[in-house]
Amino acid sequence: MQHILTRSLDRAATTFILVVAGLGILISLSNILLPAGSFFQVPTYLVALFGKYVCYAILALSIDLIWGYCGILSLGHGAFFALGGYAMGMYLMRQIGSRGVYGNPILPDFMVFLNYPKLPWYWHGFDMFWFAALMVLLVPGLLAFCFGWLAFRSRVTGVYLSIITQAMTYALLLAFFRNDFGFGGNNGLTDFKDILGFNVQADGTRVALFLLSCFSLILAFLICRAVVTSKLGKLLIAIRDAESRTRFLGYRVESYKLFVFTLSACMAGVAGALYVPQVGIINPSEFAPGNSIEAVIWVAVGGRGTLTGAALGAVVVNYAKTYFTSGPLAPYWLFMLGALFILVTLLLPKGIVGTFNAWWEPWKAQRISDADESAAREDGIEPKPNPAE
Amino acid sequence: MSTNIIDRLRAAVLALLLTVAFAAPALAGPFEDAVAKFANDDFSDTAAAVEAVAASGNPLALPIISALQEGRLVADPGSKKVFVKQADGKIIDAATGAAVDKLPDGVADVRLNNRLRRAVEAALGSLTLLSPDPARRIAAAQSVFKSHDANALPVVEEALAKETNRSAKAAFTEARAAILLFKPDVSEADKLDAIAVVKAKGDQEAMALLTSLGPDQPPLIKTAVAGAISSIQSDLAMWSMVQNAWYGISLGSVLLLAAIGLAITFGVMGVINMAHGEMVMIGAYTTFVVQEVIRTRYPGLFDVSLLIAVPLAFVVAGAIGVAIERGIIRFLYGRPLETLLATWGLSLVLQQAVRTAFGPTNREVGNPSWMSGAFELGQITITYNRLWILVFTLAVFGILLAMLRYTALGLEMRAVTQNRRMAASMGIATSRVDALTFGLGSGIAGIAGVALSQIDNVSPNLGQSYIIDSFMVVVFGGVGNLWGTLVGAFTLGIANKFLEPVAGAVLGKIAILVLIILFIQKRPRGLFALKGRAVEA
Repeated sequence: MQHILTRSLDRAATTFILVVAGLGILISLSNILLPAGSFFQVPTYLVALFGKYVCYAILALSIDLIWGYCGILSLGHGAFFALGGYAMGMYLMRQIGSRGVYGNPILPDFMVFLNYPKLPWYWHGFDMFWFAALMVLLVPGLLAFCFGWLAFRSRVTGVYLSIITQAMTYALLLAFFRNDFGFGGNNGLTDFKDILGFNVQADGTRVALFLLSCFSLILAFLICRAVVTSKLGKLLIAIRDAESRTRFLGYRVESYKLFVFTLSACMAGVAGALYVPQVGIINPSEFAPGNSIEAVIWVAVGGRGTLTGAALGAVVVNYAKTYFTSGPLAPYWLFMLGALFILVTLLLPKGIVGTFNAWWEPWKAQRISDADESAAREDGIEPKPNPAE
Repeated sequence: MSTNIIDRLRAAVLALLLTVAFAAPALAGPFEDAVAKFANDDFSDTAAAVEAVAASGNPLALPIISALQEGRLVADPGSKKVFVKQADGKIIDAATGAAVDKLPDGVADVRLNNRLRRAVEAALGSLTLLSPDPARRIAAAQSVFKSHDANALPVVEEALAKETNRSAKAAFTEARAAILLFKPDVSEADKLDAIAVVKAKGDQEAMALLTSLGPDQPPLIKTAVAGAISSIQSDLAMWSMVQNAWYGISLGSVLLLAAIGLAITFGVMGVINMAHGEMVMIGAYTTFVVQEVIRTRYPGLFDVSLLIAVPLAFVVAGAIGVAIERGIIRFLYGRPLETLLATWGLSLVLQQAVRTAFGPTNREVGNPSWMSGAFELGQITITYNRLWILVFTLAVFGILLAMLRYTALGLEMRAVTQNRRMAASMGIATSRVDALTFGLGSGIAGIAGVALSQIDNVSPNLGQSYIIDSFMVVVFGGVGNLWGTLVGAFTLGIANKFLEPVAGAVLGKIAILVLIILFIQKRPRGLFALKGRAVEA
């Protein structure tokens, strides 16, 4: 354990964790301690907005884990995110109890409205938080496991996999739009009141959820980091770069892919579960294929194959989205998003962080070797001739 | 000579009657008495009045009863006078036909209940049975068939005797059979004949008529009815199969049309073009622009607007396709996932550009006269636009196949996709072929848009609704094989339409998606997979 931790924590990773933790604590403290209206006070709506970005960052990490390190481009990761969100939404719906519009202690409002005689079987147990939390992991994980087991075993790869993951999220979109599917149809789940006995709307709860999201982001980052720096991570990269060769070397490629795909889906589910109480609604449009593709572009912008890049990309793109869609530039947002897709793939294939690293690493290496040389000279030892020169 | 005299006599009597009806308001006859009953505000009086008025043969009967049906008949309970508010706002006295300036105070609508509504419909049916317009006669005969009102029998028989129009004659025969079937004092032989006639009609209405006959019938009739019902049932089941198959073929042709272009760019070149749907949309908007120009400048050309739009859409979408290939895709060969993302971004840009230029709402694209309307084939209705789209799709498919097979460009395309370096060594300008192939695929998507504008809403989102389906068709049929695309499109179309009645439209679609996902597991390269070295390329 000690071994994994130290190896996975290089300087960039430590910086990332410190920045996330620091910003999280700073924003929370400023919201709670400073008086409302003060220049430095972060208003609660912004805290919820940042919380949303952090959830997107977790989703981006989960996509980067499979796309950046294993070459699996899933265009259906929004589905796992939304499933986690629905599991949390079901818990929150059950917590409303008799405070709904129709005052039914068991049935959520939409079920009363649609004349459900009793609670559907799959809604049982969601009044308990631990059960819902378990489902947040299990449902996306199980779907990913079944889907991946079928797909990877029969060697559906590359673009084919991307297209059928898109078909999967599209099928779920159509299903969740149906009223008789039992998840609120078009309107989804909303009007939440309590989470674990705390008011969802209260400032304190919002800050707590935000902090929890930051904590989850750090945890997800550590897990991804542990995976990609381990031997397993090397194998994943081998699969990404030469799948057939890895298979011929005797590795069960599909098992590794299945593991990492399922892990990634669970992470996406957790992101969705944290997202729902902060946004206050979950509806079928979260399954829209466009959402999943947009999440992929966050990773591409930040830098595929760099975990910090994925998280950074999610925050940057979503901040830009908020900024542009709320201003007079709103009609141009889709132009910009589209242009972002094109320009990043054409001109910045490594993303922000990847490009930065490509520029920074040689310079850093040079500086280190310079430092070594001067140290060696001080010790009176001649530097070894570089064989490359 | 004698008939001539009778005709003249009849004309004279009619003229006399008309004069009486219009010019002699003081004269109270059975017709006037009947009309006055409408003012009693009593349902059974109204029913009696409807029957008497319909049977009177008075030319005012039709306007009165249709006014009653449409709630335009008003009555003054005090003076027992009844008025017809005509559709053009004028008011006439129902009993005399004289124009009235304004309604007296205290008039009220003559009310109807459901039983009366049926009586009114039946009365209207028998009134229009003798109309000079064959279409109205047929409609009237059909309404008599449904009501099988015994009072209409003499009129039906009269109409049948002098009918010359074939389909009107058939309709009258069926109406007569329906009446005889329900009339109590009719011989068994006549009833059996009637059953045979209804059985020959063989549609939902005949079925409803026979099932409503009731169980207390003589045994011979009973067995005949049961036999007719089961024969109609199997007929109807057969027709509903045919109908589903036609819908499936029609959907398949739409899918094929949307997917052919993709089969070129994705199937032959291996380029994932997520902006393919937007090429379809651009084709549809080209049609819109062509029709706008024709509407404002050359209205006479409207019927050929599609013929003008097809080559234009091909050129516009094809040119955009070449520009996309030169500007974006050629930098991304060998990186399919990046191509996917870049073209997705492009689709967002194109959608938003069209939304900015033409507005976010649906645009109206008209059907030329030769594409509107429908014809009946047995029990199913086939609309001309669907039929033309099927023909058009097959034509496009055939031309494309021939082009790939017999032209120099087709040969070069096949050479480049099979072995790029070898083709280059043979002196083929591969990058030019790439651009042209991509342009060809996009151009075909554009002409698909012309056809789809006839059956779908022309909006910036038009393309998005086809992109997933098109990919499913290509992947299901097998990449790199146009025949696979053909088979895939029709299989998916027909499967979808046969699942729809069983599972509902949305669940059917979900089921198809799940089935394709499972199918891909079994045959990852589609129905008609390429074999050999081409697989790994």
